[in-house]
This record gives sequence, structure tokens and C-alpha cells, in this order.
Amino acid sequence: MSQIAIRGRARLLGDNINTDDVVPGRYLNTDDPVELATHLFEDFDPAFGASLAAGDVIVAGANFGCGSSREHAPAALKQRGVACVVADSFARIFYRNCFNIGLPIVECPGAAAACREGERITVDTAAGRVKLEDSGCELQATPIPAFMQELIAAGGLIPYVAARLRAREER
Amino acid sequence: MGLTYAEKILAAHAGRDAVRPGDLIQAELDLVMANEVTGPPAADEMYKTGAKRVWDRGRVVLLPDHFTPCSNIKAADLCRRMKDFAREQELELYFEVGRCGVEHAFLPEQGIVRPGDLMIGADSHTVTYGGIGAFSTGVGQTDLGAAMATGSSWFRVPETLRFNLSGKLPAWVGGKDLILYTIGRIGVDGARYAAMEFGGAAIAELSVEGRLTMANMAIEAGGKAGLFPPDAKTWEYVDGRPARAFAQRGRHLERSEMVPDPDAAYAQIYEWDISALRPQVAMPHLPSNARSVEEAAGIRIDQVFIGSCTNGRYEDLAVAAQVLRGRTVADHVRLIVLPATPEIWRRAMQDGLFDVFLDAGASIGPPSCGPCFGGSLGVLGAGERCVSTSNRNFVGRMGHHTSEVYLAGPAVAAASAVAGEIAAPEDVVGVGPSTPPEAAAATGAGPWSGGDER
Repeated sequence: MSQIAIRGRARLLGDNINTDDVVPGRYLNTDDPVELATHLFEDFDPAFGASLAAGDVIVAGANFGCGSSREHAPAALKQRGVACVVADSFARIFYRNCFNIGLPIVECPGAAAACREGERITVDTAAGRVKLEDSGCELQATPIPAFMQELIAAGGLIPYVAARLRAREER
Repeated sequence: MGLTYAEKILAAHAGRDAVRPGDLIQAELDLVMANEVTGPPAADEMYKTGAKRVWDRGRVVLLPDHFTPCSNIKAADLCRRMKDFAREQELELYFEVGRCGVEHAFLPEQGIVRPGDLMIGADSHTVTYGGIGAFSTGVGQTDLGAAMATGSSWFRVPETLRFNLSGKLPAWVGGKDLILYTIGRIGVDGARYAAMEFGGAAIAELSVEGRLTMANMAIEAGGKAGLFPPDAKTWEYVDGRPARAFAQRGRHLERSEMVPDPDAAYAQIYEWDISALRPQVAMPHLPSNARSVEEAAGIRIDQVFIGSCTNGRYEDLAVAAQVLRGRTVADHVRLIVLPATPEIWRRAMQDGLFDVFLDAGASIGPPSCGPCFGGSLGVLGAGERCVSTSNRNFVGRMGHHTSEVYLAGPAVAAASAVAGEIAAPEDVVGVGPSTPPEAAAATGAGPWSGGDER
């Protein structure tokens, strides 16, 4: 595992967790992450939402983040301090949003099935490896596309675009 | 190897002759769009790039529709922030309440989006414009802010899934039933990251409005786009709209080029004969829980919502009125009708549809997303059940977390309002649909096959 490995408590979720599950639509009358984070999983499972702590790693099934394009959902997870989201697969817009705002995510088929709620998990986002510490199970994640790695290296989409705009002006 | 319709649009806007699935491209956008939920944070992101001005003040569409007219101060402040930004940037396509409607009904209606366009919107139902052959997809506010600064965005060229729907549209079956059936067959991630391309005799028969309904819900199967390559019906619809002030960007595509190549490569081809399809209902809490209305019949309901970017267009209201004419809503049911744009509102009023709704005991409200996502104008209480013509039936989507949403088209929605429980249109009307007088006068066609419904 490399130095940027994330280590935390695994928090299990199932398939098709949608962005209304993460933050209900009625709270979209604010874009303040601090306020949005107080409503995490409020309708879906309030106990889960309340117990989600800084440093936790969400481990979910297929199609995580489906539904609305609201960036309010990943922003609220990031605000709470969720260290990483590992899922069998991600919905397209959510996947893109996470890279844009700098919430680490890893696509790792099989992780949710192998993982137990609350167990220690280590995620190496660079190497794409997920380790479940109770079982000692190690899984290989889907590699992050090269362009996404460029975005990460630039610090997210906005710094990436800012650099491009500056370069254009200097020409 | 030929190109799918999605690949043609993406290649043209990337200035290339061809693209292939998996290619990463930087493409020029014809326009970008946001609403009051996503517009203000997108504006903040744009300024963070160092840009002082949007790349083209004639191609940034901002309109408030989610919480409007606002019933609380927080929502009003979002609208105010968006209006301030629009003024500061002197945007030509900012629309105020009263002069706009639900974004995805309003843009095609006003001719702001056209076939062959490439655009992004900070709303997942931006896929709707695929109904007239635009490649349009939803993004988050950061992507939108970056695009407002640069006029371009990056795309991974998606695989295309082809859906050939053959057969003749059965009575009371419209675009909503076809797309719920499709999602029921392939699942809520059946088109994840992919472009869905629709064709076949049933699609040719379907109205442009019905195609917009289908494209709208491509995202509920995880789709990046839901595309209906333009045909004569599309061009008739489009040519009847106001001309817009800007041209398509990228390599020019002739109308004759806006079709998939015969030898296009599809990741998968689905062939379905829909001749025997019954109207569909998607049970809580996923749009993929679709089944025939008979399998859902008898479930007692508290509310019916007819409206939204999925089914708030004129044709939808006309079909609902056909079921409701001379009938009344069950005593224990609220029927809420929100025509999706001012133009639809006026036409429904002038054509007498409002008389039908009012006589039936419906509440008619302003163009707004309203209760679709639990915002306002018909939110559900604990344990309440709603038949809704909108697009999502997730837990708590329209209100309390114990409430339930059953998705259906306007015919089933109207029939259920009368019956007080989920019901097939035939159970209320007795026989198959006759052509509603107003639609017949306007188009000379049946309710689901009308061309330009203006």
C-alpha cells in the first residue's frame, strides 16, 4: 500500500443508493454543505446517517449515486468527512461529480459482498487496491481513467480549468 | 464501421470525422443550462476558475423552476442569487417566473434547443432533449461552472444501446408506458454510462411529445442520453418553433446526416414488439418496478399528480382530460395538475381542458416542478400514496419517507384519480380512446400520434 492509502471503518450500503437517499430533494433550497450534511440519509436510514462519522469509508453495491445530478450529495458526504466511497459501480453523474469536488471514490466490484459493517478497511486509491482487514481479503479496483488522474493531479476540475484559462491568456 | 447517432453528434462537436466508444474528447457545447438549485453554485464555481465573464452570454440558459413560485426564504434566495448573476453577466437567456416553465418542457417548446445540438445541463433530466435528437446530458454544478467559463466540456464517448420498438401503439399506451417498460426490462442501471438510441415503427408512430417523455427517463436506466434521431415529425415540430439567435457549433451536420449509419456498431440491440403492451405502473421505490396497470390495480391512493418535465406537456393534459371529461375525482383523492409551461397553460385553458379539470375537482397550479422532488405544491404526508406522472418513485421523493409514489402516464393517472385507486383507463372510460376533440381539431390525429401539438 502506498502512502496515500485511506484507512477507516467500513459502512455498508446496498445497490442503487440514489442521491435522494443521500440528501432528500426538499433540502435543495440550500447549497450550504454544512447544512446539507445534517440531512444525510435522513429518509433512507436516519440511524445510518446519524452514525456516519468522519473517516468512515462507505462500501456500497451497484449503481451508487443514481438519480439526480445534485452535487449536494457528494458535497454533504465530503463535509461529514467520509474518507472514501467504494462501490461495485457508480452512476455516471455522481462519479464525475466526485472527481470534480475531490471526494475519493473507488470502483471495486465484489467489495460490498465481501465486507462486514464496521470492519476496518484500507483503500489505496492510486494503486486501486482495497483490503478488508478482518478477513484479510484483498480486492483489485477498476483503474481510474488517465484523464481523471490528470484532474486529480490538478486538484480537481476548477483548478484544471483555471490553469487552462491562464495558459490561453498568456499565449 | 459506421457511427451511431450519439457518435455523430459527439464527433461533429469535437471537430472530428469519427469517434469510438471509450474515446475521451473535448467538445464544443451549443448551450449550457441550470436552474435555481444548481445555477447559483455553478456561478460560484465559474468565478473560481478566474473567468470574469461567461464564454457566450447568448448560450447560457438560466431559469428558476424547482421551487417556484417560492414558498420559503431559502429558495427565494437561490432565485435571487441566480437573477443577480444573470444580470451581472447580461445573459440573454435568463427567464423569470411567469415567462418560463419546467426547464425541460420549456427549452424544446421555445426552440432554444435543436436536433444535432450538444449541450449539458445541471439537472439529470437534461437528457429530455434527446427526444428531438439533441445529445444533452446532466452534470453537476462544478462541470457546469467550468463549461460556463470555457464553452466546452470533456466527454467519454459512450457505447450505444439500440432499442427497436416494433408494432402498433395499443390503446392508452404512450411514451411513458414505453419507457417504464424499457426500464423494467433493462433495470435502473441497464444503460449506465451508455447512450440509448430508439427507433422502429412504434417510435415512428409516437408523437414528438411522447419521445420527449421517453428521453426524459433515459437517466432512470442510468443512460447518458436517450436519443431519437430526427424524422419528418421532429423537423415539423422544430420548424414550428421560434428561430434562435445562435448557430450550432463544431463541424456542420446536414439534416440528412442526423441519422445513425446503417453499419453503426451497437453494444447491444433490443428488439421488442409492443403491440400487446398494457399501460404501465412503476411500483415503489424504483422506476424499474414496472408492471401492467392490471397488476397494480386496486391500490387505494390519496393523490394524483399530473405534470413535471416527464408528462406536463399539452398532449399529456389532453389525454388526462379525455379520461376526466364528465367525471369527478374520488372524494378521498387530491388531483393536482401543473401544466409545464405558460404556453401549455394558456392553450389548455383556451381549449377547455381547464373546465374539464375544474369540473372533475382538480387543483390547477402554476408551471413548476412542484411536488415531483418533494419541493412544494402537493407534498405527501406520512403513509400517503400518489400516482404521479413524474419520473422518480424513490423513498421520500415526494414527501414523507413513509409515503409511496406510483409512476404512470397521464391516462392511468387520470383514471386512478376517478377510481380512487390505481385503475386502467378502460375501467373508467369503458372503451378504448377516441380522439379528443381538441387534438383532432388541431392535428387530425389520435391522442398519442399527433405531430406538432402547438
